[in-house]
Amino acid sequence: MDSLVLRTATRYLLPLMLLFSIFVLLRGHNAPGGGFVGGLVAASAYALYAIAYDVQRTRQIMPVSPRRLTGVGLLLAVTSGLIGLAAGDPFMTAQRDTRELPVVGKLGTPLLFDIGVYLTVIGVTLTIIFALAEEE
Amino acid sequence: MTAAILSGFVLAALAPWVRKVARGWAGWLLALGPLAIVAYFTAQAPHIADGETLSASLNWIPSLGVDLAFYLDGLSLVFAIIISGIGTLIVLYASAYLAGDALEGHFYLYLLFFMASMLGVVLANNLITLFVFWELTSISSYLLIGFKHDKATSRAAALQALLVTGSGGLAMLAGLVLIGQVTGSSTISDLLSQGDTVRASGLYVPILLLVLLGAFAKSAQVPFHFWLPNAMEAPTPVSAYLHSATMVQAGVYLLARLSPVLGGTDEWRVLVIGAGAATMLTGAYLAWLQTDLKRILAYSTISTLGMLVLLVGIGTPLAAKAAVTVLIAHALYKGALFLVAGSLDHETGTRDVTQLGGLWHALPFTGLAALLAAASMAGLPPLFGFIAKEVFYKAAYEAPDLPALLTTLVVTSSVLLVVAAGLVAIKPFFGARVPTPKPPHEAPLRMVLGPLTLATLGAAFGFVPGLLTEYAIKPATEAILAAPAQVELVLWPGLNVILLLSLLTVTLGAGVYAARARLSPPARRLDVGARVGPALGYQKLLDGTLWLADWQTSILQNGYLRYYLITIVATTVGLMGYATLTRVALGGVLRQPDIRLYEALIVAVILAATLAVTQVRSRLAAVAALGTVGYGIALLYILFGAPDLAMTQFAIETLTVVLFVLVLYRLPRFATLTSRAARRRDALIALSAGALMTLLVLIVTADPSRTRLTSYFAYNSATLAKGRNIVNVILVDFRGLDTLGEITVLSVAAAGVFALLKLRPPRKEEATSAPLAEAEAQPSPEEVKPVSLPAMDATVD
Amino acid sequence: MEVVLAVVIGALYAAGLYMMLRRSYVKVVIGLALLSYAASLLIFTVNGVTRGRPPLVPEGALRPPEPFADPLPQALILTAIVIGFGVQAFTVVLFKRTYQATETDDLDAIRSTEHHKKPGVPASISGAREG
Repeated sequence: MDSLVLRTATRYLLPLMLLFSIFVLLRGHNAPGGGFVGGLVAASAYALYAIAYDVQRTRQIMPVSPRRLTGVGLLLAVTSGLIGLAAGDPFMTAQRDTRELPVVGKLGTPLLFDIGVYLTVIGVTLTIIFALAEEE
Repeated sequence: MTAAILSGFVLAALAPWVRKVARGWAGWLLALGPLAIVAYFTAQAPHIADGETLSASLNWIPSLGVDLAFYLDGLSLVFAIIISGIGTLIVLYASAYLAGDALEGHFYLYLLFFMASMLGVVLANNLITLFVFWELTSISSYLLIGFKHDKATSRAAALQALLVTGSGGLAMLAGLVLIGQVTGSSTISDLLSQGDTVRASGLYVPILLLVLLGAFAKSAQVPFHFWLPNAMEAPTPVSAYLHSATMVQAGVYLLARLSPVLGGTDEWRVLVIGAGAATMLTGAYLAWLQTDLKRILAYSTISTLGMLVLLVGIGTPLAAKAAVTVLIAHALYKGALFLVAGSLDHETGTRDVTQLGGLWHALPFTGLAALLAAASMAGLPPLFGFIAKEVFYKAAYEAPDLPALLTTLVVTSSVLLVVAAGLVAIKPFFGARVPTPKPPHEAPLRMVLGPLTLATLGAAFGFVPGLLTEYAIKPATEAILAAPAQVELVLWPGLNVILLLSLLTVTLGAGVYAARARLSPPARRLDVGARVGPALGYQKLLDGTLWLADWQTSILQNGYLRYYLITIVATTVGLMGYATLTRVALGGVLRQPDIRLYEALIVAVILAATLAVTQVRSRLAAVAALGTVGYGIALLYILFGAPDLAMTQFAIETLTVVLFVLVLYRLPRFATLTSRAARRRDALIALSAGALMTLLVLIVTADPSRTRLTSYFAYNSATLAKGRNIVNVILVDFRGLDTLGEITVLSVAAAGVFALLKLRPPRKEEATSAPLAEAEAQPSPEEVKPVSLPAMDATVD
Repeated sequence: MEVVLAVVIGALYAAGLYMMLRRSYVKVVIGLALLSYAASLLIFTVNGVTRGRPPLVPEGALRPPEPFADPLPQALILTAIVIGFGVQAFTVVLFKRTYQATETDDLDAIRSTEHHKKPGVPASISGAREG
């Protein structure tokens, strides 16, 4: 799509939406949000960019390719489960730090898991959308 | 003992790796495994000869009385040594025979897997364990016959062998289970003393028939014999091993093992002697008419299998002794001859006897092995085969029933086998030199070692039968009879009727061999089996089964999605509707809706958009209406305390629209393909299903009750999981494993989409290097080359 | 309110099934989307709904104040929505590829890839000489 307004808007929207998605991800444990929603928001941001410009350019501004994101996300999610296993508990038993942080709450494997979900959702969504858009 | 059997499976699993690491030495290395097993069992021989038995047991399925139980007595010992001993030689032989084959590692895997399974069969002390190992040998035989899997005939032969022996195996399983029912035990060593209980039972005849079916199919008895010659599609080491010395003997083993339980009745004698005699004659008759070396040997093997079954059927102590002796002699000479056939094929490029002649000077060692083994097969003194034939003749001559008829049949078959022996050992090596496809030369050491060892043993045992008698034949005979027996073997019994019969056999055999050119054409014309044989029945049965499956699939799986759906939905609506209307009191179900104005507005929009989706004629309008439904539902989620859902739904809705626009943009307009009547029918079905769902929701929500789970999650979220958004806590903590599964599913869906769009086989007309050349000219990370699946990572995001 | 939602659910199921009974592949895909809405809403509704009380624990409290919306179906639906998207993308792409290969949207035209050839064993084996 060739729209100057959309392109200009997108250039500013993208970082904002990404920031927002990370906020949604981090606060998810205590308020509406979380990895799924955050991931979808971030994916929408890139999808929007891909519509305003094109897929190739979107890939260039992404730090990691969507398919690799999917893999990294799954790996993080599994790792968060393995940490519990390493600590002598059953697989996926949550392990936490005792300190409390603003917005995020307590750091621990559930957060790591949610980040895994976040990355997987971005990866999956963008893999699909990019593959389709490149078909055109 | 358990370790000796199970180590074979471990060795099998390691074989492909050993092949990769040890390369050319893999054969020598892997042969050490079976060799160790031979050593183990040979070391047991003195104990077994003293009348001891060995047993070991591991719990397997104790609730069903199934144990991984093993039992070693004289009979098992003879089989175990044959299996592991020939196995050692075969591994060595195959390593030269198959050198350079891409699947050599797989071959060792199948072969050693077979060896371990076969040891399991002959050592099993539990009927079910025996059956499991029995079927494992069928499966490994399937894999080995079909080893050259790019050949259609190999695959067909493999399937045929599997179907015939597998069906027999199932019948046998039924028989074995019935034996367990009748005696209350499935431990074989306990059964041996319960023969009278089984024979007196009303189920005796069904048991006998079922077990015999299994044994006959496995041991290629008439009318199931047709699979064995076809199994010659297997690489020759396999034919030598499975299809002459070991697997096909499993049926004989089973009959011998169970003869104290099932044998001794008139039914047993009629069926077993009848099948054995018919097989012996059929095999011998067809053997000398073949021109392919391996088929000659296959039919002669069938004939010998018939002899063994016949002897087990006769069941006298003399017959039992003869069975063991013939079994050992046959394993030695037939194994050797098969390997000779393989070497001839390998070194000359043909195994057609009419194409072979005068090769003695080119392959002297192979020729020597062939000569010794064939002399044993023909029953010439002083070889072990001679002794075996003497006891065999004696057992038939002194049989309690119809000795004259049996002796005539036995001698006739033996005459024809003498001819067959001449065809495989004299014809290729002597006489005029015939040009062969490949210039002939001696086979490599590993391929000479096997046949020469077996043939030499066959000769040596002829001179010193005493050793073998004491440690193998006597204990095995006693195990078959389940009673002590007097067993002696001598090379020179003195001049008597039996010796005269032997002399007659050899003379007649030599005569037929000399006159075979004139005798075989009329004999061939007698062969009605080729036209109306059981092989044809197998083919018809197979075709019929496939036709039935085809027909039934075309009815049930007609390929019309909507008819599947209509069937499912109509059945569900019918059954559930009936149950709901008859079983549920609908009084409190219909109640006054409690609804606010803005909710009513949203609901109205959803309903209108839903209707629009089904009615609009433009795809974009339909997608827009679908989006409206989705956004409406997201609003409902907000109103009813589900902000997480609402956010997710909004985001997904947006992405869905992007998705549809990307795909549907260039696709055809909505087409109305169905008739008005069909649309009415579909609307009726859909509306009744919708009405049922509405009714169900009304019934369920009439009496709301909170689940225990909800309370648990709600009350422990903040305290245990330190999270205040309960939905998120459920997702990432309480039910994290589920979520892990779900994101995995998502990734699989993405991989599927990616594969569908990006990984396509190159189109035929552009399969040349043109696209690749372009890609090289313009190296771009975005360029996706047409690749095959394993190279998925080669494409770049 | 459950009464009204029950009607919405019924309507969504009916519309979804009706679309899935069409011969046009695109319509079937749209029907699938409607069905997943219906299923989500069904799970959301069957245990009763609560207005405006999300299952959140206030700061400092140990449990959410009663009454609160049931969090369990919400967790189920949340993943179902995202997976639904994945499945939908897959069906849509499958449709696209099918259309590229067959150039038709009519399911009846691509009903079968089976060729009704005679199955069975190659003839050579039955030609062998048997007894």
